[in-house]
Amino acid sequence: MQSERKIRILIAKPGLDSHDRGAKIVARALRDAGMEVIYTGLRQTPEQIVETALQEDVDIIGLSILSGAHKVLFPRIMELVEQKGLTDVMVFAGGIIPEEDVPEMKKLGIKEIFGPGTPTEKIVQFVFENLPERT
Amino acid sequence: MKPLLPVGEIAKGVLAGDRRSVAKAITIIENNASKAQELIASIYPHTGKAHIIGITGPPGSGKSTLIGKIIREYRRKGKTVGVIAVDPTSPFTGGAFLGDRIRMQELSTDQGVFIRSMATRNYLGGIARATKGAVKVLDAAGKDTVIVETVGAGQSEVEIIKIGQTIVVVCAPGLGDEIQAIKAGIMEIGDIFVVNKADREDANKAVMDIQAMLQLNNKEKKWRPTVLKTTALTGEGVSQLIEKIEEHKLFLEQELERNTSRGKAESELAEAIKEKVANSIIEELKSEGKFEEFLQKILEKKMDPASVAEKLLNEKFRKQVQKCQN
Ligand code: B12
Ligand SMILES: Nc1nc2c(ncn2[C@@H]2O[C@H](COP(=O)(O)OP(=O)(O)O)[C@@H](O)[C@H]2O)c(=O)[nH]1
Ligand SMILES: [Mg+2]
Repeated sequence: MQSERKIRILIAKPGLDSHDRGAKIVARALRDAGMEVIYTGLRQTPEQIVETALQEDVDIIGLSILSGAHKVLFPRIMELVEQKGLTDVMVFAGGIIPEEDVPEMKKLGIKEIFGPGTPTEKIVQFVFENLPERT
Repeated sequence: MKPLLPVGEIAKGVLAGDRRSVAKAITIIENNASKAQELIASIYPHTGKAHIIGITGPPGSGKSTLIGKIIREYRRKGKTVGVIAVDPTSPFTGGAFLGDRIRMQELSTDQGVFIRSMATRNYLGGIARATKGAVKVLDAAGKDTVIVETVGAGQSEVEIIKIGQTIVVVCAPGLGDEIQAIKAGIMEIGDIFVVNKADREDANKAVMDIQAMLQLNNKEKKWRPTVLKTTALTGEGVSQLIEKIEEHKLFLEQELERNTSRGKAESELAEAIKEKVANSIIEELKSEGKFEEFLQKILEKKMDPASVAEKLLNEKFRKQVQKCQN
């Protein structure tokens, strides 16, 4: 029996904003690159997102946020990721996140942040290049 | 790199109901690593307690939304629930968009619920190759009810009957010719029929159409499938559906339990043998170089795959075949 790994990725929308175009475009691009993309839908709490990542055993969590609430939501999400032991999961994000907030977000463990106008090819390439090693 | 968790540890976690272990176990089964077999073997003695419900029907009929409400109802009754929601893999890119759980997210943090999305990975029949094993994992982890949502089913997507004990066929008015869509194949496998989106006006007509069809079909069945109406958006009709499911479960227990479990064990054994035999023959052909040789013929369009397979097998088993024919 051969072992075949598929990249599983969660695209999640934390918080209350309903800007979902970016999330859907990114989800489609990753699917078209051969990945299995799980989409949570809108208005997810940090608890819902991290629990979903756990149940789906994803390799990567992608957060999409355009509401400005990342400074509240991202720390809580990263705290739960740690708490639930999902330390082998890579977390990255996109949406409207001001340049000055980026270092703080990265310090939380968010690997990269992609803003408006990022070509999806760049996002796909980033995923392939930063795939966490999994057991 | 994280240390490899041994299968034994994961199996132990599954049996203890640990959610991370359940998730990891399903991944192992999906990736068909040689570990999958070991894992199934060690949890198998602890399976057979869950009631397994298959939910099938055309895309867009409201299966996922309905499952969300079914989970809520079972939770109200104090039962734990596992869900495997299957969506298709693109045959072109190998990727998949798994969106069923969007409609179940309300319950995603409930510790009595475990939802896993699964791509078909080009397995035919409306489910994935790993679905059956994943159901066993949820069963072994102690879920009282395990629900499988198939990819929107047409007539040939009936693999679910090999897994589900109670099959619910969901359709909805306004999907074009929905009755036509469920006519062949899946019509025969339903234990319970649901016309969802009962909030739409032509729901009653759909109910009557299915009832008429069932009258033609059910000649001498012990269990008589019924048609129910639900509105998954509001949850209306869902408690009646659960009652009917429980009634069917009781029916199975009383009338058929021994037979069905025997039948399932039988078909599982047959499947396991088939897979082993097929794999070992393919491996052998590959190591003999024959596989590659004939692959070339197919690529050059000199022969078609079915004839090549027959020729290879004939050569390989000439002796046995002759013996059989005598
Ligand atoms: C379209 C739009 C809307 C649409 C949304 C439709 C929809 N279903 O998505 C509508 C009209 C509904 C809307 C409403 C509102 N909007 Co609006 N909206 C926009 C607008 C103009 C474009 C967003 C968009 O769709 N871009 C196209 C997509 C493809 O780009 P994207 O989302 O940025 O995604 C890209 C990257 O960010 C990245 N990315 C995104 N997600 C992810 C995830 C991962 C994992 C990765 C790797 C990458 C990634 O990759 C994508 C591709 O490059 C922006 C302004 C702007 N220029 O961004 C404002 C904007 C986001 N909206 C804004 C506001 C304030 C609102 C409203 C509150 C307005 C109001 N007062 O009513 C409401 C809120 C509604 C609600 N409940 O949330 C503000 C947000 C301000 C802030 N964050 O501080 C913005 C920035 C406008 C502004 N300059 O003020 N909006
Ligand atoms: N009007 C109405 N719409 C419904 C009902 N149930 C589901 N839907 C909608 O039908 C669409 C498909 O539902 P989904 O559960 O994804 O269907 P599936 O493809 O069969 O899993 C969604 O937009 C739902 O909101 C219902 O009872 N009434
Ligand atoms: Mg669905």
